Amino acid sequence: MDTTLLVIQLLNGLQLGILLFLVASGLTLVFGILDFVNLAHGAVYMLGAFICASLTFVTGSFVWAVFFALPLVAIAGYLLERFIAQPLYERDHLDHVLGTFGAILVIDTLAHLVWGPAGIAIPLPAYLDGQIEILTEIVVPTYRLTIIAAGLSAAAGLYWLVNFTRLGMLIRAGASNRTMVSALGVDIKTLFSLVFALGAVLAGLAGMLIAPITEASLGMGNNIIITAFVVIIVGGIGSMKGAFYAALFIGLIDTLGRAFLDDIFKLFMSSAAAENSAPALSSMLIYILMALILSMRPQGLFPPKLR
Amino acid sequence: MIVMNPTKNTTKRVAKVVILVAVLIVPLMLSTFGFTFYLDLATRLSILAIAAVGLNLILGYGGMVSFGHAAYLGIGAYAVGIPAHHWLYGGLNMVASTNGFLQIGLAILASALFAFLTGLVCLKVKGVYFIMITMAFAQMLYYLLVSISEYGGDDGLVIDTRSEFPLISLDDPLQMFLVSVLSLFIIMWGVRRIAKSQFGMVLEGIKGNEARMISLGYNTFRYKLVAYVISGVICGFAGALLGNFTTFISPEMIDWARSGELMFMVILGGVATTMGPLLGAITFIVVEEVLSSLTIYWHLPFGLMLIGIVLFVRGGLSSLLERGQKTDD
Repeated sequence: MDTTLLVIQLLNGLQLGILLFLVASGLTLVFGILDFVNLAHGAVYMLGAFICASLTFVTGSFVWAVFFALPLVAIAGYLLERFIAQPLYERDHLDHVLGTFGAILVIDTLAHLVWGPAGIAIPLPAYLDGQIEILTEIVVPTYRLTIIAAGLSAAAGLYWLVNFTRLGMLIRAGASNRTMVSALGVDIKTLFSLVFALGAVLAGLAGMLIAPITEASLGMGNNIIITAFVVIIVGGIGSMKGAFYAALFIGLIDTLGRAFLDDIFKLFMSSAAAENSAPALSSMLIYILMALILSMRPQGLFPPKLR
Repeated sequence: MIVMNPTKNTTKRVAKVVILVAVLIVPLMLSTFGFTFYLDLATRLSILAIAAVGLNLILGYGGMVSFGHAAYLGIGAYAVGIPAHHWLYGGLNMVASTNGFLQIGLAILASALFAFLTGLVCLKVKGVYFIMITMAFAQMLYYLLVSISEYGGDDGLVIDTRSEFPLISLDDPLQMFLVSVLSLFIIMWGVRRIAKSQFGMVLEGIKGNEARMISLGYNTFRYKLVAYVISGVICGFAGALLGNFTTFISPEMIDWARSGELMFMVILGGVATTMGPLLGAITFIVVEEVLSSLTIYWHLPFGLMLIGIVLFVRGGLSSLLERGQKTDD
């Protein structure tokens, strides 16, 4: 394997990791603070991609589309919270799962009705569509770097928000003892809505960022949500730090496994056998890792200290 | 259980018998009048009901909410499809056969193995973790099947020859229906026996208060694992029937929406009851048939219905959990 391919695959892995973090952070935020299991989180990711696709054609620019789509996704998140999540907060996790499963069916079918069964490709502006030489002779697509940069800034912004602002303080307080927070006069309902909308924005952003590469399509949310589950299980449910490290780890392992596992296998088995077994194993790699990590640390790698 | 009202109990008993007889007789009658479509529908219903009965063992009696039980349907179906494929096209001489006993044995063995291995991991955790991990393992299997191009990958595989048994031919829709519905009755009876045995009592005890059962000296992990494997095997068997019924296998059978539908059947029908999964499956099939005949976007009203049930059934669906236990005799 040559260096260029390795660097490119590393970047791809990093990009997948960042996107996974954006999705998983919303999940873990909502679970950690609201104690709510949101299966429909992937549907919001998909919704972000579709809204962004439509707005790209309306505004003529992908960047403006993202800018306008984010508040729309926040509204979608708010509606989801208001009408489905909020009445279920006091209920069992089983009810959360079933209620949001229903929500997925509704959102998916609505997206099918509005945008049709085929995927929508999103054209990139010229300045994002090129290639860039990062090291001598190693050329990578500019847009991949843009995704990584945008994702990292979103992660940094989230870190700042949770750790250094009053809202973040309330969020952390709500996570450790929500009754006490509301007893101190904080409007916990609004806080919860905000957290939910924030999670939706993060997932929506991830969907928007990936859409120019993969196009906005109907099944995309359901594919990423389970990987995001793997991320938060490995990282420890409710832990932001865990979600971040686990997302990068899973993203890299998955991408590198798919890219290089057959080469590695060829070192010690016939190339025909390697070509047969490598795709099968690499598609299961992250789940096997999850199983291994869980059997050693059932609480995940970085379980939250609180509660 | 304490007998609350003898007459009410008799009525319930009669109602149950009526439902069971209806499931057997109505499709037969309709098919003699030429409505063979309903015979196929009833076959599918019976097969899904078997899977729901299997899921109910752990979800209802054991309180383990598995969101990945469609995986076993897939395993069972592939255990029919793969030997049939090799029988026709060569390769893998060990399993290449259309012998029904071999295929069903393979389905049971493979589901037991998958349940045992994944159970070792996911039964270590509870609640949301359990839901997510069962889902992840099913997804793992999904991607595995997608990646194996020999068995059609994403597109799936047509089963050219159904399982062959002495005296029975599954190619005949009537016999296929009878095999499915009788299997359903036997498995319902079997799971009922398990639930009423000491094993079942321990399982319900674990659902109620696992810490207490541990203090009482029960190895709760082992009980849960055994229940999990039995449940997987039942669903695997249902999968083998499903493969024979549809004569088509694809990774789509393992899609998490299928697992969600199974959960829906169990919970809607009433968890931890003998009749619940059957009632749930009947409801699901009827709703699906009616809605999908009206519109191809039938998931929209179905989803809304699901949300409505979760939101407005008093105390949530999990209250049916308690209610179901008290009234089931």
